Amino acid sequence: MNHLNEEQLIEFRYGEAKDCAEIENHLRACASCREALESLESVLAAVDAAPVPERDEAYGARVWRQIEPKLERRPGFDWRAWLAPPRLAFVGAMALVIVAAFVAGRYWPRPKTTEVANAPISAPVRERILLVAVGDHLDRSQMLLLELENAEPPKGAGAGVVDISMEQGHAQDLVVANRLYRQTAERSGNTTLAAVLDELEPVLLQIVHSPSKLSASQLGEIQKRIEARGILFKVRVVGSEVREREKNATPEAAPTPAPAREKS
Amino acid sequence: MAQSTEGSDAAPLARALAGDRDAFRVLVERHSRRVFRLAYRMTGNEQDAEEVVQEAFLRAYRRLDRFESRANFGTWLYRIAVNCSLDLLRRRRPTEELRAPDDPEGGEAVLDVATKDPAPDRLALSGEIGRHVEMALGKLSPMERAAFVMRHHEGMSIEEIGRALGTSATATKNSVFRAVQKLRQELKPLVSRQR
Repeated sequence: MNHLNEEQLIEFRYGEAKDCAEIENHLRACASCREALESLESVLAAVDAAPVPERDEAYGARVWRQIEPKLERRPGFDWRAWLAPPRLAFVGAMALVIVAAFVAGRYWPRPKTTEVANAPISAPVRERILLVAVGDHLDRSQMLLLELENAEPPKGAGAGVVDISMEQGHAQDLVVANRLYRQTAERSGNTTLAAVLDELEPVLLQIVHSPSKLSASQLGEIQKRIEARGILFKVRVVGSEVREREKNATPEAAPTPAPAREKS
Repeated sequence: MAQSTEGSDAAPLARALAGDRDAFRVLVERHSRRVFRLAYRMTGNEQDAEEVVQEAFLRAYRRLDRFESRANFGTWLYRIAVNCSLDLLRRRRPTEELRAPDDPEGGEAVLDVATKDPAPDRLALSGEIGRHVEMALGKLSPMERAAFVMRHHEGMSIEEIGRALGTSATATKNSVFRAVQKLRQELKPLVSRQR
């Protein structure tokens, strides 16, 4: 037998060589190949011994605490989730804003519209409501994009076809919300958020207008578009910023801030 | 891999599939540490590994209905974690390349501090050697690193790795081979002086 090449050595090391017995015999007889194998073993042993930080027994519980709140925001329409007290409060507040805006626009003289519409809810509370809603929207968009980016055509029966009808339903909802939030962001001068939402919209539309059952190449096109624009990363970054601002926003802000307090 | 979990995961998995979130908590608590180790080996960074762990469980939760009951939950979960790690590595790749060592003579300094003990474990325990191993791993492409970690650390077969990465057996084998070859080139000078 000739000397073992690197590929044969690696295959032998991982028990994948076809002619193991023959290689073993050769190694017994050939000091050069034995030395090559020992050298390989030493390198792999060094890799093995590179320290990996340990996590204690409570680590799993910590992970759970971190992900549990995010599990509630699963895509899809879940009435139980929408009827949960925090969500109900949010929905109520949003409904109030919409009704107030509608009534103000319908009956009040135009120059006073903004002032009257804003009257029932203070600016900080409105900002917080908007931040919660935008943060939720970005989370849901991120999950949808991740889902599609990592989708693979199933193997076996129905191989090569991916059914994205559920994702399309979510994308359709997101497109409508995305337009509203983009317009709001543009009006309020939040150009970064507006730009990301502007980039997100055509990606969502492509998902909506794709066939429900995608071939591997069609799925690949969507995945390429998501990757090429780096939209997932941008959504994640802006989402983190929104969440940060949401944390800093004061939920218990006074309904009508007193000028005297502002000066102090 | 993860042979021991198959039976014990079945009950919480069935409950989680039926909508019991507490049952999913059992799975999170059971698999987190191992997913973290895998993620750390894939990313070489604690913060990134933490991010991968969370992302992997979130994706797993959202895809529970796609899990085939005959499959092994651990294998399925680690596959998701590998894909999360790959996503992250692809995003971070330009930064990693900037961090690659520009001092090829660095190995000499490591040799100076190494002991005469031939055991490579002893050497790798030194911070310098650990740093070199991480740098060598950092020079692998995300696919090579993923294939190597699954083959070497997780003991997965070429077929299993191919399924996880969506690559053919030949391509998977080549990824493992190139990874080992690169590691050998990078680390051989360090270990050969000790033998």
